[in-house]
Amino acid sequence: MELLRFTTAGSVDDGKSTLIGRLLYDSKSIFEDQLDAVRRASVQKGSEYLNLALFTDGLRAEREQGITIDVAYRYFATPQRKFIIADTPGHIQYTRNMVTGASTANAAIVLIDARNGVIEQTHRHTFLASLLGIPHIIVCINKMDLMDYREDVYTRILNDFQDFANHVFPDQDMRFIPISALKGDNVVKPSENMPWYVRGTLLHHLETIPISQDHDLVHPRFPVQYVIRPESDEFHDYRGYAGRVAGGFFHPGDKIIVLPSRLESEIESVDAYNTALSEAHPPMSVTLTLKDDVDISRGDMIAGANDIPQESCNIDAMICWMNPRPMQLQGKYALKHTTQDVRCLIQEISYVLNISTLNEIKDKKALQMNEIARIRLRTTKPLFFDPYKTNRITGSLILIDESTNETVAAGMIL
Amino acid sequence: MGDYQLTHLKELESEAIYVLREVAAQFERPVLLFSGGKDSIVLVHLSVKAFYPARIPFPLLHIDTGHNFSETLVFRDGLAKSVSAQLLVGSVQDSIDTGRAMEEKGINASRNVLQTVTLLDAIEKNKFDAAIGGARRDEEKARAKERFFSHRDEFGQWDPKNQRPELWYMFNGKKRMGEHFRVFPISNWTEMDVWQYILAENIELPSIYFTHERNVFYRDGVWLAEAPFMEMKPTEKIEYKRVRCRTVGDISCTGLTLSTADTVEEIIREIAATRVTERGGRYDDKRSEAAMEDRKKEGYF
Repeated sequence: MELLRFTTAGSVDDGKSTLIGRLLYDSKSIFEDQLDAVRRASVQKGSEYLNLALFTDGLRAEREQGITIDVAYRYFATPQRKFIIADTPGHIQYTRNMVTGASTANAAIVLIDARNGVIEQTHRHTFLASLLGIPHIIVCINKMDLMDYREDVYTRILNDFQDFANHVFPDQDMRFIPISALKGDNVVKPSENMPWYVRGTLLHHLETIPISQDHDLVHPRFPVQYVIRPESDEFHDYRGYAGRVAGGFFHPGDKIIVLPSRLESEIESVDAYNTALSEAHPPMSVTLTLKDDVDISRGDMIAGANDIPQESCNIDAMICWMNPRPMQLQGKYALKHTTQDVRCLIQEISYVLNISTLNEIKDKKALQMNEIARIRLRTTKPLFFDPYKTNRITGSLILIDESTNETVAAGMIL
Repeated sequence: MGDYQLTHLKELESEAIYVLREVAAQFERPVLLFSGGKDSIVLVHLSVKAFYPARIPFPLLHIDTGHNFSETLVFRDGLAKSVSAQLLVGSVQDSIDTGRAMEEKGINASRNVLQTVTLLDAIEKNKFDAAIGGARRDEEKARAKERFFSHRDEFGQWDPKNQRPELWYMFNGKKRMGEHFRVFPISNWTEMDVWQYILAENIELPSIYFTHERNVFYRDGVWLAEAPFMEMKPTEKIEYKRVRCRTVGDISCTGLTLSTADTVEEIIREIAATRVTERGGRYDDKRSEAAMEDRKKEGYF
């Protein structure tokens, strides 16, 4: 059985929490005691019906205010797949949480309220999903029950969405499903109220989207995470480079190059615990041993000898600023890229992006929280990277404010 | 299944091993919190795999309430020895004796909350900068929001509004002196995933996870084990039943399930058909709607 991670994006009134509750409830993933607890809470809140949204709100403040304020992870499985839902808030002040949940997702559900159609938040969430490189987007047009389940409403919204989407991500895999999370139409059970729609329920899409190509299977990339040196009698000379394959394939006998030293060698073995493998690919965690006695440490990268990543101290990236303290031009930050730690200086803000209009705003000297911008930065040591659209692991970075230790930005290398 | 696609168990295992290696790389004095429960047993197994052929590069720490099932303690000692790991034991009884913690009294008394004091003291005394735990996000509402790397301040406290965003798989473990991290490598595993993994890897468990006969009594929808320190109401009667532990806290807070399952496969069949969540049998969680959240804010696991 495969694992699929997906996010849900939508504003607080679009019914996102109700949708997740419906997915869990109809797929029989809710246990009796959870159901009892939510029934009691629904009654307490004055609801006449079972408030499905209450399955996913966890923290005290949220339950009191009735909104979701952080990423909540929910789990369910069908005989087809295991699912991890990163349930993220729609409020603009919590963009950072949406980006967090989206960074490792295979698919994004974008929710639209059929009464309102495509709005600014739809643009923002869809753009973010595409920027974060989520391979599959499923647009759910919700509350169809309030619009009499009309096909023309669905079609109009679909067209509005595609007008916007074709500018931003022409090659994106997108699907459009008319649903009612509250009534259960087309979420898990096909809708009897919309005979004009025959393209499968939300769950059907989640179960069948092909995900085996979502990793970079082309460029061999192995960021060294930890060096294993037992120095025991039995394994006296053993030196293994442990990490998770970030791209491509590794086999015993492969010619590789170590960066930054540029020493070349060959793979001796690809080990998983006490088993020697014939092949490793993303996202396997393995230990590599090499034929030669080269000096490698955490932060180095082992790459295919004929397929070297780009190397530079000057990085051009799209970033999302995540901190109340604005980013300053010429500001210095710590930077993490794969397993490497460096420091950097923000040299230039090329433009800030207006996500609604996709206009590029120039001459900005600072970045505010939740803003997306293209920047240039200079690092103290070179990074070994691929463009983010090629490889989400070797193409991503984070910035850390050293005075507070907070993670302040997510970056995607261009 | 497509080509080059791992099964969900293999992918979860790879993720957990990655997190364990990250802890060893980023922190100077990590420790693995070992409760004797199946999740921490799986963590030890994953740690062996992560660092093979070297030994696990951190000790195991058990916070002993003094109210444990004896089977758990025997198992704990055997496991530490078999993986050549150093075992440290923090004693809640000692915390009570030295006045650091106050014993609860009454019908629902438990040393569960007191573990927090003993844990924080042990962390401070040993200067641990990262504590690895087997908590999962599917277990309970307040855990659904946890990160893999969960920052705790110098009081060991967790502020839900202030957790760092975790992007891709880059974990920011930077901290000031006196602060530490809790790390949860099996955050994305469900109860069923853990059992399927135990089956697939043939992992040994303490006998109380399997059916056995025991004196129990019924309270508030759960069966609890009879023990000298357990105060019973006059209306509660001791019965001798075939039970197993679905989740292991200590005796005062572990709800036992009526069951005849004596293999992992049978346990999995029972769980698949079950109608109550794993922690639904945890008496400590029933104490209030936000019980776990409040405990975490004070520095619990």
